[in-house]
Amino acid sequence: MRTTTVVIGAGHGGLAMSRCLSDRSIDHVVLERSQVANSWRTERWDSLRLLTPNWQCRLPGYAYEGNDPDGFMTMPEVVEFVTGYAKDIAAPVQTGTTVTSVRRTDGGYHVTTDHDEWQCPTVVLATGAFNVPRVPAYSEAVPEAVTTLTPMEYRNPDQLAEGGVLVVGASATGVQIAHEIQRSGRPVTVAVGEHVRGPRVYRGRDIHWWMEAAGVLDERYDEVDDIVRARHVPSMQLAGSPERATFDLNALTGLGVKLVGRLAGIRDGAAQFSGSLRNKCELADLKLDRLLDTVDAWATASGMDDATPPPHRFAPTAVSEPPTLDVDLASGAVQNIIWATGFRPDYSWLDVPVLDGKGMVRHDGGVVDSPGMYLIGAPFLRRRKSSFIDGARDDAQDLIVELTRFLDSQASPSRHDITGRWPRTAPQDLT
Amino acid sequence: MTATETPINNGVNVEALLGAREAVTSAPDAAKFVWRARCEWQNGTHSNSTVEGFFGLGEEQAHRTRYSFDVDHPEVFASEDNGATPVEYVLVGLASCLTAGVAAVAQNREIQLRSVSATIEGDMDIRGILGADTDVRNGFSGIKVTYKIDADASPADIKALVAQSQKRSAVYDIITNPTDVRVEVS
Repeated sequence: MRTTTVVIGAGHGGLAMSRCLSDRSIDHVVLERSQVANSWRTERWDSLRLLTPNWQCRLPGYAYEGNDPDGFMTMPEVVEFVTGYAKDIAAPVQTGTTVTSVRRTDGGYHVTTDHDEWQCPTVVLATGAFNVPRVPAYSEAVPEAVTTLTPMEYRNPDQLAEGGVLVVGASATGVQIAHEIQRSGRPVTVAVGEHVRGPRVYRGRDIHWWMEAAGVLDERYDEVDDIVRARHVPSMQLAGSPERATFDLNALTGLGVKLVGRLAGIRDGAAQFSGSLRNKCELADLKLDRLLDTVDAWATASGMDDATPPPHRFAPTAVSEPPTLDVDLASGAVQNIIWATGFRPDYSWLDVPVLDGKGMVRHDGGVVDSPGMYLIGAPFLRRRKSSFIDGARDDAQDLIVELTRFLDSQASPSRHDITGRWPRTAPQDLT
Repeated sequence: MTATETPINNGVNVEALLGAREAVTSAPDAAKFVWRARCEWQNGTHSNSTVEGFFGLGEEQAHRTRYSFDVDHPEVFASEDNGATPVEYVLVGLASCLTAGVAAVAQNREIQLRSVSATIEGDMDIRGILGADTDVRNGFSGIKVTYKIDADASPADIKALVAQSQKRSAVYDIITNPTDVRVEVS
């Protein structure tokens, strides 16, 4: 079969692209291995809520319209939001269709699925950046008696053995899981490497409100000092909770959670933690202060100071003296380990040489290093917020301009042409 | 920040370092270095170590000259004190590495340094090395580094310099994380 664009993945990113393609009457299909919003349905733990507030859930031509704009969606609500979008935009989604191969051909790409084959000049990779948990190689040295789970396997504390839990990783995933397990009565230790600290609420407003208002979330990929670095910054320690609670390390230690350094290795049955905990915490504290400096400067420049509670700074992260450097995994102190050590994308089906040495797609702001191929939904794809739903909105509106320009330059015969109707100006901001 | 009359100069060639980063990203093999030292026993606890050649950028490299280090134990250990102790060399390595990092980061962040000094202390319970108590480790129970820095920057920016220097320091990493060590007799 032929079409102009094959979008692979019917999550919010693929659907945002679909909407933008439809707006320009570009013939396309969205191929989905399972069902719409599959990862949100099947790869998340029970209590998880979106970490961006409801008002910030915006996609091209679509936004949250409920009566709790400052709340955070549960996973069933996210699924409803995304599937509602697919219906609203009448996205041409073909569910239950797994892409097994994408190859380059003379006329573009040949996409093979477990049902059929597609020929198209343009492809959008929208399969997400968080497909496979990254588990360190030394996990193999964990004694068999210890239960180990990745965040994709973890649903709730009932899955765990009684006794202590080591959560490896202190980004958004690690701190949320640590919080919930500690409250289940199991003593939790969190191994803390590089992390990004964030308060949920600052000066009476959500931190995401400030970051959006002050332009932090919209900072562009071609404006930051070091985009390679920016794309590897861990997610901010945030959670969406009805209480709008802060989930930083001080909040965890307040509940009785113990902090140790990054898990550096396992030797002779002992988990060894890095002696760098203080440095990692100080780096995060300093970075948070710089973010709040930016926010405060924006508030002053915008004349908000009179109507807003005054600036303040959060207490430095408390680190116990001296921090623990090792734990004998055979001692029974640790009965469970959660690998909150990040995720990576899975491109095992992509037979186009666009991956770098680390298995990541080479791209310039989502324009992949192969003509007519585009990427959406990767961290800092085009702006700091690219990994959020709201980021997909802006990124899709930028990428459709790139994709359209490419098609124009190709004058492809497969294009179902209604050129006269295509807008020539930049896509309108729909907020 | 207003334009400065004199360019910031901490004596660090940041352009060369950034260029090297670019180069080793595209050619990772060039980044594989091997550092070496030779050690000759003299007498008692006294040894002499030298460094001269190393491997990097795909070929053998050499220092401008051979550097020599006398290492010994102090008289309180019934030694002749012909040089610093091995553990003091570890402290020297950490302090020098962090200080080089402070200068490089400051240059990159366009902060002019006027003076940087560090004191470094390693706490050790020698019951470990003497075998007097098997619960006591041989090495340091902790290391404390204290910096005094005079620079054209706010206290927060100076703290950030020192924090970033730790993040990028080889010796800091070597000391804070386990390293596989293999010792053979040929």
